[in-house]
Amino acid sequence: MEELKLYTYIAVFGTFALYFAIAWWARAGSTSDFYVAGGGITPMQNGMAIGADWMSAASFISMAGLIAFLGYGGSVFLMGWTGGYVLLAMLLAPYMRKHGKFTVPEFIFDRYYSKTARIVAVVCLIIASITYIIGQMKGVGVAFSRFLEVDYGLGLAIGMFVVWVYAVLGGMKGITYTQIAQYVVMIFAYTIPAIFISFQLTGNPIPQLGLGSTLADGSGVYLLDKLDLVVTELGFKEYTTANLGGTLNMFAYTISLMIGTAGLPHVIMRFFTVPSVQAARQSAGYALVFIGLLYTVAPAVGAMARLNLMNTIEPVAGENLAYAERPQWFKDWEKTGLLKFEDKNGDGLIQYTSNTTDAPITITGSISGKEIVLLPNEMVKVDRDIMVLANPAIANLPNWVIALVAAGGLAAALSTAAGLLLAISSSISHDLMKGVLTPDLSEKNELLAGRIVMTIAILVSGYLGMNPPGFAAGTVALAFGLAASSIFPALMMGIFSKKMSGTAAVSGMVAGIGVTMLYVFQHKGIMFIPGTSFLGDSGPNWFFGISPNAFGAVGALVNFGTAFIVLQFTGPAPAHIQALVENMRAPGDAPAAHDH
Amino acid sequence: MENKETYWSENIRIIFICLAIWFVVSFGFGLLLVEPLNAIQIGGYKLGFWFAQQGAIYSFLGLIFWYGHKMNVLDKKYAQESK
Repeated sequence: MEELKLYTYIAVFGTFALYFAIAWWARAGSTSDFYVAGGGITPMQNGMAIGADWMSAASFISMAGLIAFLGYGGSVFLMGWTGGYVLLAMLLAPYMRKHGKFTVPEFIFDRYYSKTARIVAVVCLIIASITYIIGQMKGVGVAFSRFLEVDYGLGLAIGMFVVWVYAVLGGMKGITYTQIAQYVVMIFAYTIPAIFISFQLTGNPIPQLGLGSTLADGSGVYLLDKLDLVVTELGFKEYTTANLGGTLNMFAYTISLMIGTAGLPHVIMRFFTVPSVQAARQSAGYALVFIGLLYTVAPAVGAMARLNLMNTIEPVAGENLAYAERPQWFKDWEKTGLLKFEDKNGDGLIQYTSNTTDAPITITGSISGKEIVLLPNEMVKVDRDIMVLANPAIANLPNWVIALVAAGGLAAALSTAAGLLLAISSSISHDLMKGVLTPDLSEKNELLAGRIVMTIAILVSGYLGMNPPGFAAGTVALAFGLAASSIFPALMMGIFSKKMSGTAAVSGMVAGIGVTMLYVFQHKGIMFIPGTSFLGDSGPNWFFGISPNAFGAVGALVNFGTAFIVLQFTGPAPAHIQALVENMRAPGDAPAAHDH
Repeated sequence: MENKETYWSENIRIIFICLAIWFVVSFGFGLLLVEPLNAIQIGGYKLGFWFAQQGAIYSFLGLIFWYGHKMNVLDKKYAQESK
């Protein structure tokens, strides 16, 4: 245990020292450096930075754990969080880069010639980003407190300080280069344990292939077939076919995540940092290469972690592990309260089944066809979020691998938090202050304002992370739903419909966001406060069985529909705006991203 | 002017092709047709399951790079590349 602690300190502080050094080396001098890194980032560098920016604690820590327990149903995250890049590359990024401004609300202001539109966009952006950031801050606090064995609050404070130093000092330039380093740390931390585990289980070191291979125990059985058999014998749903709330729900969920991805401001902003339209298209491709590296490994991590967990608890069918002989990782996670065992039948053995009643039940195995008696489940709590962090220990990997995973999880959370903070600070200092309230702000003062806003945003999100209102999962869904139902449709119509008018687009944004918020709040509580949900968070009340997390797709449809109906009444956009759109569509010589 | 319009309509055509494939590999093969495809087994993978968890991502990658390539050719043809 002492050795693990030492390695963890080395890995975490070593990587932090690296991030600080990079931020110092690449500190920002001008507003252009601060917002768009001076426009001089290459597509490959940008792709890597987008990867780090995009893959948050949710991707790194939670996703494989979700897949481990949802099986096939977890595919919505895999397709949803990657498919959005196809939309970005073809529908948004090149044209917005051609237009050449610093921020998303600024683009909306130019295209829809209205300060109201700009303010609506700023509000959507801030709500989406702040909700997202709280989750990152919480992830930082949890990871620090678990691995450095410090108090949760102290862990969070260290994380806030680190983000503050390099985001405030370096701006986009510092963030971009730090994120490249963080991507490298993150991807090593994710794939190395996966390679070890894949090799242990199947003899094939490439996890993407290992998942489709036979087991290395000489049985000749495919890993996925074995997993299907093991879980169905315990009454769980078959891994490779388990659905998530029906096909329609999975469909809407995937769409919602895809267009939410394409509408998230901190990702779109990244495309303003490259020198040309061609580079913007290429960046999206590189971004997906670097993201895909982690996303194609994640299903293997999930399935293998599930199999290892099942095998630890019940090495041979009917011969369960004795609680007294449980491994060290089991004890460690019990301390955190995220793993809980209750010896219901008093036999001293651990039964992990789908039976949540207090009496044994008999089922027929859906694959084997055998009659099976299921004892009541005694693993009363297995938190999905511990799977990735516990995975190396479950597979008995060396301590330095476990330390590396800790550093990777922190890199994931910190890099996303920094990108979001920049999006928030630019929308306030650049769009709200410089653009609407105090247009005569000098560049130097705008930079100062940007840094002050960022400091305040860190303090606010740190405070909310310290007292989490208990809504991490719900807010991530809202962040995507908001971006999907407001920002993406407005941007897309702005480029593909020359005639779309300002009033119509604003009505669309307000209607889309309104419907989404109403639906989420009525099921999850107003601002997620329990007890204020007026229809209750239950399946039977869902609109066509679409869960609140998936509702952004419907919100986006409402947005498009409203905008086109209102357009019939307002008449088309003025001629100079139509000319602006024409210009956006032709790459020509894209100017460097600039101010007015 | 006319040049600009043909450039744009060619761009739209390429986007349509890409998005059609995008839809088929993810929503088609990965969701709507997953059951019939699962009857086909490739190694240890059921095909529908493979598309949902692996194949769709590889296809997205191919699509973005193919689109970038096609558009670079188009940019040259219409003298739209940046100098």
